[in-house]
Amino acid sequence: MSAEPILKVERLTKSYPLGGGAVLTVLREVSFDLPAGASLAIVGPSGSGKTTLLGLCAGLDRPSGGEVVIAGRPIGALSEDDRARVRNEHVGFVFQNFQLIPTLTALENVMVPVELRGEGGPELLAEARALLARVGLGERCDHYPVQLSGGEQQRVALARAFINRPRILFCDEPTGNLDGDTAHAMVDLIFGLNREKGTTLVLVTHDLELAGRCGRVIRLRGGAVVADEVRAGS
Amino acid sequence: MSFILRMAWRDSRASRRRLLLFSSSVVLGIAALVAIGALGVNLEHAIDGQAKALLGADLIVTSRSELPEAARQRVAELAVEQAREVSFSSMAAFPARDGLTRLVNVRALEGAFPFYGDLATVPADAPVRLRAGGAVAIVEETLLRQFGTEVGGRIRLGRTEFTVVGSLQKLPGESSAFTATVAPRVLIPLAALPGTGLAETNVLIRHRTLLRLDAAHPAEQVERELRREFRAERLSFDTVAERRRNLGRALENIEGFLSLVGFVALLLGAIGVASAIHVYVRQKIATVAVLRCLGATARQSFAVYLVQGVALGFVGALAGAALGVGVQFMLPRLLHDLLPFEVEFVFAWAPVVRGLASGLVICVLFTLLPLLAVRRVPPLAALRSAYADGISAARDPWRVAIVALIVAAVIGFSIWQTPRVRDGVAFAVAMFVGFGLLAGLAKAVAWAARRWLPSGLPYVVRQGVANLHRPNNRTVLLLVSLGLGTFLMLTLVLTRTTLLREIELTSGPGRPNLLLFDIQEDQLDAVAKATAAEGAPVIVQAPIVTMRIAKLKGRKVEDWLRQSRVTPLEAAVPGASAEPTEAENERALKEGGRRGRFGAGNGLPAWTLRREYRASYRGRLEGSERLVQGKFTGQVEAGEAVVPISIEEGLFKEMGLQLGDEIEWDVQGVPIRTRVTSVRAVEWRRLEPNFFVLFPEGVLEGAPRFHVAAVRATDPDHSARIQRAVVAASPNVSAIDLALVLQTVDGIFTKVAFVIQFMAMFTVVTGVIVLAGAVLTGRFQRVRESVLLRTLGATRRQLRAIELVEYAVLGALAALVGGGLATAANALLATFIFRLSASVPWLPLVVGTVAAAVVTVVTGLLTSRGVADHPPLQVLRQET
Repeated sequence: MSAEPILKVERLTKSYPLGGGAVLTVLREVSFDLPAGASLAIVGPSGSGKTTLLGLCAGLDRPSGGEVVIAGRPIGALSEDDRARVRNEHVGFVFQNFQLIPTLTALENVMVPVELRGEGGPELLAEARALLARVGLGERCDHYPVQLSGGEQQRVALARAFINRPRILFCDEPTGNLDGDTAHAMVDLIFGLNREKGTTLVLVTHDLELAGRCGRVIRLRGGAVVADEVRAGS
Repeated sequence: MSFILRMAWRDSRASRRRLLLFSSSVVLGIAALVAIGALGVNLEHAIDGQAKALLGADLIVTSRSELPEAARQRVAELAVEQAREVSFSSMAAFPARDGLTRLVNVRALEGAFPFYGDLATVPADAPVRLRAGGAVAIVEETLLRQFGTEVGGRIRLGRTEFTVVGSLQKLPGESSAFTATVAPRVLIPLAALPGTGLAETNVLIRHRTLLRLDAAHPAEQVERELRREFRAERLSFDTVAERRRNLGRALENIEGFLSLVGFVALLLGAIGVASAIHVYVRQKIATVAVLRCLGATARQSFAVYLVQGVALGFVGALAGAALGVGVQFMLPRLLHDLLPFEVEFVFAWAPVVRGLASGLVICVLFTLLPLLAVRRVPPLAALRSAYADGISAARDPWRVAIVALIVAAVIGFSIWQTPRVRDGVAFAVAMFVGFGLLAGLAKAVAWAARRWLPSGLPYVVRQGVANLHRPNNRTVLLLVSLGLGTFLMLTLVLTRTTLLREIELTSGPGRPNLLLFDIQEDQLDAVAKATAAEGAPVIVQAPIVTMRIAKLKGRKVEDWLRQSRVTPLEAAVPGASAEPTEAENERALKEGGRRGRFGAGNGLPAWTLRREYRASYRGRLEGSERLVQGKFTGQVEAGEAVVPISIEEGLFKEMGLQLGDEIEWDVQGVPIRTRVTSVRAVEWRRLEPNFFVLFPEGVLEGAPRFHVAAVRATDPDHSARIQRAVVAASPNVSAIDLALVLQTVDGIFTKVAFVIQFMAMFTVVTGVIVLAGAVLTGRFQRVRESVLLRTLGATRRQLRAIELVEYAVLGALAALVGGGLATAANALLATFIFRLSASVPWLPLVVGTVAAAVVTVVTGLLTSRGVADHPPLQVLRQET
């Protein structure tokens, strides 16, 4: 474990004005550090603030209070476009509903993050193909999302998440829309790639088995951390 | 940049056909603009290329009587060559057709006119035979066709029978659409005129001296000299430059008007595009959110869709320009009859580029509006779709800026296409108000349909109506686009019907419908007997005395004319009468216009001073007249120093007269002083003799006069018999019957309306395309709904019935809105423009409304074909 945390969350708070001066706080003063290469599961009942926390960590939203530091860079004061650049550079995503771009083929979907940076070329294309092959879709590069099953779509999403060699991978219920066997295979892939690429993993899940494979589990309830367990040897 | 282009291209894959359909909404509008712009260029070319042929001579001098000897001599000195023409209206009879008659325009020609351009006839040598003299005639082609007469056949004018040596196709500078319909032309040699006996008594003769000049004598200079030397003759002049100016201005107005009609189609299409893009963007929110999560900036994701929008506009503009070039071939053919010269097709780049550019600008501006939302899609929407719902561009400053740009572009375009800034702004405002009104009405009607829909109706009906309120519905857009098309087409149809019906109504039972004029004093009895013998006694008869104004309010007409404002009313029909020419009008306008309408006692229209008045006298008012001011005097004692006269209301206002004003008339050389003592409102529509100026009995009885009489014919055959009998008894008497008036009005209206309808058709078809686009855009949503309903047990038949109800309601509402507005527009036009009592022509209204509804239902059903055929499983996995 390196000394410098790849993700640092300090007193993170998110609240929404309800009108009439009332405020709804969905996340209260959450703090944690995550070293590079670690894996973290955020668990909790529906409405406990898991997805909000993930969104804030990934810089998809601005916190009402506190700060998120990704790879040593505080993102709270950054503009939305600057945060987009940080995401593009350091972050990978896997969503519960896959979120592939329906008009792009599997290969093109994987290429989007590098193309966004203005990169491309045969080497990256080969890397994208290799990633698809790694997730077992080497033969399906030219297929569109509608031509793929849910599990296959999620695997394309995983390949897309790794094309950037992200330092952190955020997963929002990555197995939430998959059946048991497919979910298992998916989890194996996530952790396998995580290890291979040395990526830090942050995932939100209801699946306690999946959470159990992570080195650290943070439990949320009512927007606050109620437990922060670090597994031995992680 | 390469990512943006690549992403835009890839992302469009699944929707290219849809995007093409969106772009087709603007195709017709741009096509219309390109075609009309190109027509303008072609017309300009034609006018430039055929400048001299527009007049056929360098200078034409027109007078009401033969030129006095001094003037003739002077003309002979100035001109290289001259020709003469005497023209008037008269009846022509066709001996081979049992002596059937028709009012014609006789042109007795002498000399080699036209000097420029062709007198087009079939066979081509007919002009040579005409110039050789004898009892030969060249007759308007339509007239020959109407009476089944061919070249070699016979036609009788007055006492002479002429052999037809050719059919007239085109006379330089004259539009055959109007002359052929109102009074078909019959050309005869001038030397044959006296033999007909028609010219001796006719007071409505026009004499034209046509001059060919050399470089040493420019037309304008000769005009100035003749005008100065023969001021008392009240000559009028026509030069090539003037004719060109008049034509150019008239054609510019036509071009501008048609462009605006095309522009309406473009705007409608652009609104259609904006609405389709709005739905398209809503469907792309998830993709945009993912792109944002993956690191795309707001600008990048916006640019992806902006590229698609611009490409869409560009494809539409290109297709529109290509179609416009095609239509450009057709327009000159459509306008052929209306134009006084030949138009040849010349391909011109400028209008194509102009049309392309304006189309692209409008299309992109309208596309930008919904696209702005892309900038506001938060990346969080990828995690939770609820975040996508909050995207609102309401307070986006860019949105305000783009709306302002659209308003500026619309106003700018309107100003560009209209002669005056005020007209352009007025048109743009009218258009905004019109669109707003349509949208407001559409909303109200759709709301009402939902609000008062009985809950006891069958499910399919309720679901069909409810579909008009679904999220992302385009009900208002469709009602606006379909309603606008219906409105434009129906307004034309209703106006035509109202006009024709009004003319028909004026000949109610017992009212005259056949007018006989040019009856000489000694022919009165013969004509009365002839009509009575045919069972149509004279109902109204009036004497006519021609006169001119010599002094008004104590000042000489010449003094007034030097300072008068001018209405170029009669100058709009070049050479039609000895009225002021456009150049005179313009000069007068410059002098008088600045002083306001009636400022300082001048500023009255020159035509009211120059015209030859055909006044009458009688002791009482007729049924078609109503006293509105003063006291009508029916009789005066002979020798009355100042005669009390009655003036028609319109003229009274136009001349800015007051009761008690004095007018001195020149009654064929005899001065008569009069005072305006009464004002009459006249129902001009009635086919009865009516007059601007009415004298009391006891003054004009001794003046040279002729008469008009009106009779009633029961049917067309009866009318033909009466005309034949009258012409047989008195060959110089002319007749015009109501059927001919109807035919004339209808003929002219049909020709003009056809061109407008052709352009309005662009709007209608655009409306249909917008409908098709809207249906296809919402197709996925519809498919999902239909799958859901099928899962819940709906049969395919029920699904079709729901669609049918939806489109039928939509079509009916659009037709209702369009029909309602057309009825209102027709009433406004009737009341304020045509001054008729407004009525609702139900039949065309109902037919048009039903047609609009049917078109909507058919288009809707055709474009949503197959919606109910998708297997539910396939649909549940589909993303677009």
